[in-house]
Amino acid sequence: MTAPAESARRVAIVGSGPSGFYTTEALLRSGTAVAVDMFERLPVPYGLVRFGVAPDHPKLKQVTTAFDRIAAMPGFRFIGGVAVGDDVTVDELREAYDAVVLATGAELSRALDIPGEALPGSHSAGDFVAWYNGHPDFRDRQLDFDHEAAIVIGHGNVALDVARILAKTADELRQTDITRHALEALAESRIRTVYVVGRGGPAQAKFTAKELRDFLELSACDPSVEGRDVAADEFEPRRPDDPELAEKLSLLRTFSQAATTKPRRCVFRFGLSPVAINGRGRLETISFRDRSGTVENIACGLSFSSVGRRTAPVAGVPYDAHRGVHANIDGRVAIGDSLLEGLYACGWSKRGPSGTIGTNRGCGIATAEAVLADLAHRRPRSDSPDALLARLSSRVARIVSYPDWTTVDAAEKRRGALLGKPREKFVTIPDMLAAMDA
Amino acid sequence: MTYVVTDNCRGCRYTECVTVCPVECFHVDDAMTYIDPENCIDCGGCAPACPVGAIEPDYRLPADKKFWIDVNRKRAAETPVLSARLPPLPGADERRQALGR
Repeated sequence: MTAPAESARRVAIVGSGPSGFYTTEALLRSGTAVAVDMFERLPVPYGLVRFGVAPDHPKLKQVTTAFDRIAAMPGFRFIGGVAVGDDVTVDELREAYDAVVLATGAELSRALDIPGEALPGSHSAGDFVAWYNGHPDFRDRQLDFDHEAAIVIGHGNVALDVARILAKTADELRQTDITRHALEALAESRIRTVYVVGRGGPAQAKFTAKELRDFLELSACDPSVEGRDVAADEFEPRRPDDPELAEKLSLLRTFSQAATTKPRRCVFRFGLSPVAINGRGRLETISFRDRSGTVENIACGLSFSSVGRRTAPVAGVPYDAHRGVHANIDGRVAIGDSLLEGLYACGWSKRGPSGTIGTNRGCGIATAEAVLADLAHRRPRSDSPDALLARLSSRVARIVSYPDWTTVDAAEKRRGALLGKPREKFVTIPDMLAAMDA
Repeated sequence: MTYVVTDNCRGCRYTECVTVCPVECFHVDDAMTYIDPENCIDCGGCAPACPVGAIEPDYRLPADKKFWIDVNRKRAAETPVLSARLPPLPGADERRQALGR
């Protein structure tokens, strides 16, 4: 970690997921003398690439090599284990840095806003994903798989991740980087039927054909489509020049026609809006209204709603409740029309949870351009990053550096190798910190 | 699998794909871009970003376009990485309109 040049402009990035790294990359490649301090609440980087991407999608996780390359660029420092909003305020950062970029993602799951949502057994998909991926905040969630049926509400790629993890056997997951506590719990699962339920028809589903194809490869689960939900012509693409849509509809048609012979089933349901979650003391059924207005109750012991996410508000930052992001105009944080000098947003906390990992690269480049354009007429700072970091070192257990993370990374890979897995993650903050000194 | 740039890129070379590629696996020559199949992580971000629909996953290519898989592999090895957008080739917008996009 080399000290930045005296004359360099100082930028704080808040969050170490894809958008934080790509904004960093754009700033450090700009030709302007800029140094970036990347703040991360946890002792480990990569955001949703570590805690969101499904364990059985290892190729996608190779994107971390690009993040490591960015972290190795001159002028970069990782400041892990520091929670902006708790350990340090946004205003303190704004005093110490020429620009502060919020890359805080979309941590909060949107609610269904229907009766019964708080019943035991009813979960949000995001919590389940964070649990099986070993997020320390979700390590102690109690998930009970001692049921015959589960319902996933939503037709996006996260819904498919959840359904696929529920549909896979322990043997299909054992050699992924799924955390041990999740693998052990899922190995005891009695779930035989997973319903994936959405409001729209097949053409409106937001999941991609690539994710849907995974369901053809499951060892113990047949995908199917409930025939009465879908008219035959709904499998015909209206736009013949859209190969993605054509493939998706063709896959769903295949699912609808295939015989089911395997012990588990994943049933795709269409045109059903959830109206209530029912049960005496815990989830027993979910009521859905179909397109004709008829209500159908589907029995299940476990449900996961996957109907969108929003950014967690940060103290000192205006919030756009309608869009669920930090209030901003093209990446510049603003209250109404009035810009907050030196404060920016990128990625999902700027534009909402959409697109693939790479969408955040384009988004980060755009936010970096706004930062660079404004730096020229930024007023002088009243504090310095080094003075701030000195104060922070007495507020937190440890300020985690990138080399610290590299030590944890190597330890996780060693633990994984003993089990035939790419890595076995540390799932508590004390264990992560202990691995740095081991 | 990997994603593959096909003939529709020729004559436009919009390079929107390059901006959204998380791993910088696009290469370029005077005519078009190519995806390095060794580095592509199958995120699928580039395909919808292309204004002329030139990018497809390899398995979805029709038989008469399968040869682009080898072209991408070979040309990616011979050409430089493109890490930032380039201006489209002259006439790109006219060509896009002619393609009905």
